Amino acid sequence: MLNFSRWAVAAILLPLVIGILCAVPSFLPDSAAEKLPRFMQTRVNLGLDLSGGSHLLLEASTQDVAKQRLTNMEEQVRTELRRGDPKIAVGDISSRDGKLSFMVRNPAQVDAAVERIRPLTQGAGLTGQRDFNVEVVNSSTIVITPTDAGINNAVKSAMEVATEVIRKRIDEMGTREPTIQQQGDNRIVVQVPGLQNPKALKDLLGQTAKLEFKLVDVNANPAEVAQGRAPVGSEVLPYPDNPSRVPVIAVKRQVMVSGEDLTDATQGYDQNNQAIVNIRFNGSGGRKFGQVTSQNVNRPFAIILDGKVLSAPNINEPILGGSAQISGNFTVESANQLAIALRSGKLPVALTVVEERTVGPQLGADSIRAGLIASLIAVVAVAAFMFFSYGRFGVYANIAVTINVLVILGVMGILGATLTLPGIAGFVLTIGTAVDANVLIYERIREERRRGRGVVQAIEYGYKEASRTIFEANVTHAIAGGIMLALGSGPIKGFAIVLLIGIATSVYTAVTFTRVLAAWWLRTKRPTEINI
Amino acid sequence: MKLLKLVPDNTNIGFVKLRHWAFALTALLTVLAVGATLHRGLNLGVDFVGGLMIEARFQQPPQLDKVRTTVDRLGVGDGSLQQFGDPRTVQIRLPLPEQGGAGAANAIVEKARKAMTAEFPGVTFSRYDTVSGKVSGELIQNGVLAVMLAVIGIAIFSWFRYEWQFGISTFVAIMHDVLMTLGFFAITQLEFDLNIVAAVLTIVGYSINDKMVIDDRIRENMRKYRKMDMKSLIDLSVNETLPRTVMTSVTIMLALGALLLFGGHVLRGFTAAMMLGIVVGTYSSVYVSSSLLITLGLTPQAGERKERKSIAAQAERVGPRDDGARP
Repeated sequence: MLNFSRWAVAAILLPLVIGILCAVPSFLPDSAAEKLPRFMQTRVNLGLDLSGGSHLLLEASTQDVAKQRLTNMEEQVRTELRRGDPKIAVGDISSRDGKLSFMVRNPAQVDAAVERIRPLTQGAGLTGQRDFNVEVVNSSTIVITPTDAGINNAVKSAMEVATEVIRKRIDEMGTREPTIQQQGDNRIVVQVPGLQNPKALKDLLGQTAKLEFKLVDVNANPAEVAQGRAPVGSEVLPYPDNPSRVPVIAVKRQVMVSGEDLTDATQGYDQNNQAIVNIRFNGSGGRKFGQVTSQNVNRPFAIILDGKVLSAPNINEPILGGSAQISGNFTVESANQLAIALRSGKLPVALTVVEERTVGPQLGADSIRAGLIASLIAVVAVAAFMFFSYGRFGVYANIAVTINVLVILGVMGILGATLTLPGIAGFVLTIGTAVDANVLIYERIREERRRGRGVVQAIEYGYKEASRTIFEANVTHAIAGGIMLALGSGPIKGFAIVLLIGIATSVYTAVTFTRVLAAWWLRTKRPTEINI
Repeated sequence: MKLLKLVPDNTNIGFVKLRHWAFALTALLTVLAVGATLHRGLNLGVDFVGGLMIEARFQQPPQLDKVRTTVDRLGVGDGSLQQFGDPRTVQIRLPLPEQGGAGAANAIVEKARKAMTAEFPGVTFSRYDTVSGKVSGELIQNGVLAVMLAVIGIAIFSWFRYEWQFGISTFVAIMHDVLMTLGFFAITQLEFDLNIVAAVLTIVGYSINDKMVIDDRIRENMRKYRKMDMKSLIDLSVNETLPRTVMTSVTIMLALGALLLFGGHVLRGFTAAMMLGIVVGTYSSVYVSSSLLITLGLTPQAGERKERKSIAAQAERVGPRDDGARP
C-alpha cells in the first residue's frame, strides 16, 4: 500500500499537474489569457450573479402556436376549395375547441373536398401520422383536427425559428457573448452578461415584429367601427395614435405586402426630422407594393405591427422604387429597435418573460471580492487548524487542499462550467469537506497507534480502513449533489457542479495524493515515531 | 510540538444510555420546529411566490419609513422592505401584475427607479428579479422534489449497503435535520429562496456523510466483536469516531464562519442555514441515528446474515481482523 514505483507516482501526479495548468488561465488578465493556445483556453466562466447581467426566461404559448396553425389551415382550405377547379362551395366554417369544421354545400362533392384537403396535411413524426386528421361527420361536414404529433412538430419548429430570430436580434444589438438556449419544449433562456439596463433588450424580445401593409377601409361607417364592427372583408384594429382620437380603424383583411418581403430596415429621419424606419422590399414585394399603390392613389393604407396600426399615411403617388418609410410617433431609440426587429424577421410565436434576474456589475464585482476574501480566510483558518492538529500530516492535507482547489478550477475550465455565487459557497464548503477525508485517515492512524501498531503499519491501516469509509460517505454525498444537478435550476446547479467536481477531486487529492507524500516521508526518513 | 486534540483519547461516553432523553429532546425540538413552520410560515422569496424583488443601494443609509412611503406611493400593490447587514442596501419586494408579462414588470421597475431617484439621489438598483407565478410554482415543486429524492435516495443506499435499520435511522435523522432547518427559517424569518434549497441539500449531504462514517464503524465493529452486546458496540463506535466527528465539524464551521463574516450579504442566509445544519446534523449523528439502531432492533447477527447472503458484499468485504490489537 505504501510502496509506489516511480511510474505509479508519475501516473498519480500527472492528472494533478494537468488540472493545475488548466486552472492557470483563470488567474490571468483577459489580455494575457487570450494569447494562450487553444487547448489552454480553459478559463472558468463567471455566472451572471458574479459578472453582472441579465437572465431572461422566455415562454412561448403552445396554445398560440396551435391556434395560429388552425388559422393558417383555414386560410389554405378556403383557397384550395374556392379557387381550385372545380370550385367547391362551403359554409359554416368555424374553428372551435381547436378543431376546424365546415359544411360542403353539395353533398356529392364531399369526397372530392376531402381528396383536395388531404394533400394540405403533412406527415408528422416517425409513426406515419399526419399533422391533421381529416374526417367526415354527418355526411356533409368535414372536421379537421390537429394531431398531437402535428402540434408538437409545429411548436418544435416555431421554437427553433424563434431561437434563431432572438439570436439575430441580440447580435444586432451588439451585445457581448450572449447565451441563447432552448429549454424544455417551449422556453428559451437568454443570458446577457454585463448589461446595465435590460429594458431595451426586453422590449426588443417582447416584439413579435409581424409587419403588414393593408388598405384602410374608407367606406366603413365610423360609428360602427368605433363599436368594433367592420364591413365584410374588413376588420377593426387598434390604432392608439389615430389623429381622429378614435383608437381604432377599419382595414381590409387582404394583406398588400408583409414583413416577409423585406430585405432591409434601417432607422432614418423624415423631412420634419422625425424618426422613421426606412424599409426596402425584395423584387416581388416591391412589385406588389407598386401595383397596389398605383391603383389606390389618394387613399390611405395602414402600417400594422403586431396587430396594432402604427400609422395610416395617404398614398400621394405610386410607390414604385421598392422602398418605403414607416412613420408612427417613434423616438430614435424605438425606431432603431423596430428596424432591428424587422431585419431579424418576425417571431413565429409571441414570447413572454416568465422569469428575469438582473444583477448590476457593481454588485457582481463586490460578490467576487467578498467570495475571494472569504475563501482565502477559510483556507488559512482551516490550514492553521489542520497544522496544529496533525503537524506534518496536517501540512500534507493542506498541500492536498490547495491542489484540490486549483484542480477544481481547472476541471471547471475544461468542462466549460460556470462559477456562480453559490458556487463560491460550494468552494468554501469543499475546502471544509476535503479535509474531512484527511481527518478520517489521521484519526484512524492515531487510533491504530494507540492500539499498539508500529508506525508503518498504523499508517497503512489508517489509509486502508479510512478509504472505505471515505468512499461510502462520498458516494452518498454525490447522490445529493447529482439530484441537485438534475433538478436544480440556476443557482442550485452552479453549486452542485462545484460540489460534484469537488467530491471527485477531493477523494483523489486527500487520499491518493497524501498517501504518496506519506510514503515518500516514510521511505526517506524511516521514522520510528510519528507525531500525529 | 504538542498537537491540538479537541477530543481526549479513548473517550467512553454512554451515548446509548442517554438515548431516551435524547429522543425526547429531539422529538420536542422537531415538534417545535414543525409547529413554528406551520404557525409562522416561511418568509418565501420571490423565487417561490413569484413577484418582483429589487435590491436598492443608497448613497447614504436611508430612512426606512421614507423608502416605505415612496414604495407605497407607486400604487402597484403591497410592497415589503427588508434590510440585512449593510444599512445602505434595502430589498424591496412587490407583487407582479397578473397580466401584461414583461412589459408590465418593466414598467414597474422603471416607475420605481424614477420615484426612488427623485426621492434619494444617487440610488442604484444593484439587482432585481422578477419571477412569474407559473415559474415560481415549478421552482417550489422542484425544490421539494429534490430534497425528498435526496433523502429517500440516500436512505435506500444505506439500506442496500447495510441493514434496513440503517436506512430508517438515517432517514429519520436527516428528516429531523431538514425540519430543524425549516424551523430555524420560520423563527428567524430569514428569506427562504432557491439558495436555501441548495443549503438544505448540502446539509442533507453533509449529515449523511457524518452518519455514514459512524454506521461504517458500527458495521466494522459488528464483524470484529461478534459477542459484544449492541449497546456497548454502538457506544464504542460512536466514541471511536468522536474525534473525527468533532474535528470535521470544527473545520467546516471555520470555513463557513469565514463565509458568514466576509462572504457578502447575498450569501448570508445560505451560510446561516448551513452552520445551523452542521450543528444539528452532528447532534443527530451522535445522539439520534446510532442509538435509534437499538430501538429498531439491530443485532450483531444481522451483519453476518447479510454477508452470507450477498456476494457483492463478500467481494468488497474487509475481513474481520483479530490480530491482538484491542482498544
